[in-house]
Amino acid sequence: MLKVTDINVYYGNIHAIKGVSFDVHQGEIVTLIGANGAGKSTILKAVSGLLRSKTGSISFLDSDIGAATAHNIVRRGLVQVPEGRRIFLKMSVQQNLEMGNYIHHRSVMNEKLEDIFTRFPRLKERRKQLGGTLSGGEQQMLAIGRAMMTSPQLLMLDEPSMGLAPLLVEQIFDIITELNASGVTVLLVEQNARMALSVAHRGYVLETGRIVASAPADELLEDEAVRRAYLGG
Amino acid sequence: MLFVAQLVNALQLGSIYALIALGYSMVYGIIKLLNFAHGDVIMVGGYIAIFSLAAGMHPAVAIILVIVGCTALAIIMEKLAYTPLRNAPRISVLITAIGISILLQNLAQLFFGARPRPLHIPFPTGSISIGEITLAYPMLITIGSAILSMLMLNYIVHRTKLGKAMRAVSEDTDAARLMGINVNSVITFTFALGAALAGIGAVLYFVRLPVVAPTAGAMLGLKAFIAAVFGGIGSIPGAMLGGFAIGILEVIVNASGFSRWTDGAVFLVLIIILLVRPAGLVGKPTIEKV
Repeated sequence: MLKVTDINVYYGNIHAIKGVSFDVHQGEIVTLIGANGAGKSTILKAVSGLLRSKTGSISFLDSDIGAATAHNIVRRGLVQVPEGRRIFLKMSVQQNLEMGNYIHHRSVMNEKLEDIFTRFPRLKERRKQLGGTLSGGEQQMLAIGRAMMTSPQLLMLDEPSMGLAPLLVEQIFDIITELNASGVTVLLVEQNARMALSVAHRGYVLETGRIVASAPADELLEDEAVRRAYLGG
Repeated sequence: MLFVAQLVNALQLGSIYALIALGYSMVYGIIKLLNFAHGDVIMVGGYIAIFSLAAGMHPAVAIILVIVGCTALAIIMEKLAYTPLRNAPRISVLITAIGISILLQNLAQLFFGARPRPLHIPFPTGSISIGEITLAYPMLITIGSAILSMLMLNYIVHRTKLGKAMRAVSEDTDAARLMGINVNSVITFTFALGAALAGIGAVLYFVRLPVVAPTAGAMLGLKAFIAAVFGGIGSIPGAMLGGFAIGILEVIVNASGFSRWTDGAVFLVLIIILLVRPAGLVGKPTIEKV
């Protein structure tokens, strides 16, 4: 579904991503794990079209998106929930969700809104509240809900557990599993490797801009080196 | 009685400042650029009015041409000068804006001469009297059309798809991109909208002060910019409020017999607001929850 081949991304002179290749198949949950600064977010930004790779190719649903603009990539069914949620703080919960429907016609909005509100009853309770007044967990739900409003085939999540209490982290990962069960393919970037590997089918381990391991998630959970580096022994 | 007459006078001037300030504020809100060429768009609008009226066009057609011309000019400016600088440091874009301002003024001087030209836009003359108060039609029309334009702007920004996209881009450009919004076209639309309002402002301004010169837009633009800062740059209600506030201030200074100090008073306001409340009247430091 998504095939990334040999991408190299630079920030000025800094070579942040060094020849990374990976793929995501329809129906999977794939996770990229790695320490802070390993380049996980940079990879997602490159796939989303917010950053450009100097080499290689990125293809989604068999068409090349390496040169496509970010807004066209969303229209093709690939959406990212960015790190730090990035919801519109000055808009209400409902308006945030409506922005997710921007690429679609108004007529399909209500049905999707109802679906989001069934998944996230908290958002329905707070639909009139400004995004900036929500708690961290609610903001993450809103960010996921807003991305789901674009009707994606592949949902990319960047650190959805960041800054959340353990109970909320659990809840967010349950939601990710549910979304996947309902047919959405997921690419998950996480520092919380244990949690990410527990829901994912496959995982890639990223170290300073390179992929150093890739395996089914349960194997990575058992792997001695991965355990020591990312799972606290 | 004199007070009411002066108040209407202040509101007329304020409406013009507000219409122009909106363009500064919207563009700043969306790409953090102080578009110093915005005032010169008004000057170009003045010349468009002169030539279309001289060509014998109906005043209504000439007015529409001014508005369309200003809008087109802003779109061309944005595409040629600002789009290529989308990822450049903000200071480069700012200097480019100043450069375009100088370019427009000098082109006008080259083609139309430095000598100020009279511009007589046929406008309904006469006045209505309520008791002892006499209100001239142009004043009332100016205030009315400014308010109408602002109501339309409010509708566009809050009710239409492009307007909502504008708000999204101004709050978080990358997040807006991830919603499938074409940020470049939203930016162009914002310039166009601001320039259309400036076009309306140009007509109303030259009805009040019927002389066009290459530098006609410079001081007007600067004062409208101060109005935008005073209200809180980036904020639409702030620009409206700031525009009326500066209009009222000017009229008060004039009416108190200090007309030579009018410009000075406006600049003094800029200094004071930057010292005391840099975010402007309605601006507030944003609180972000992470």
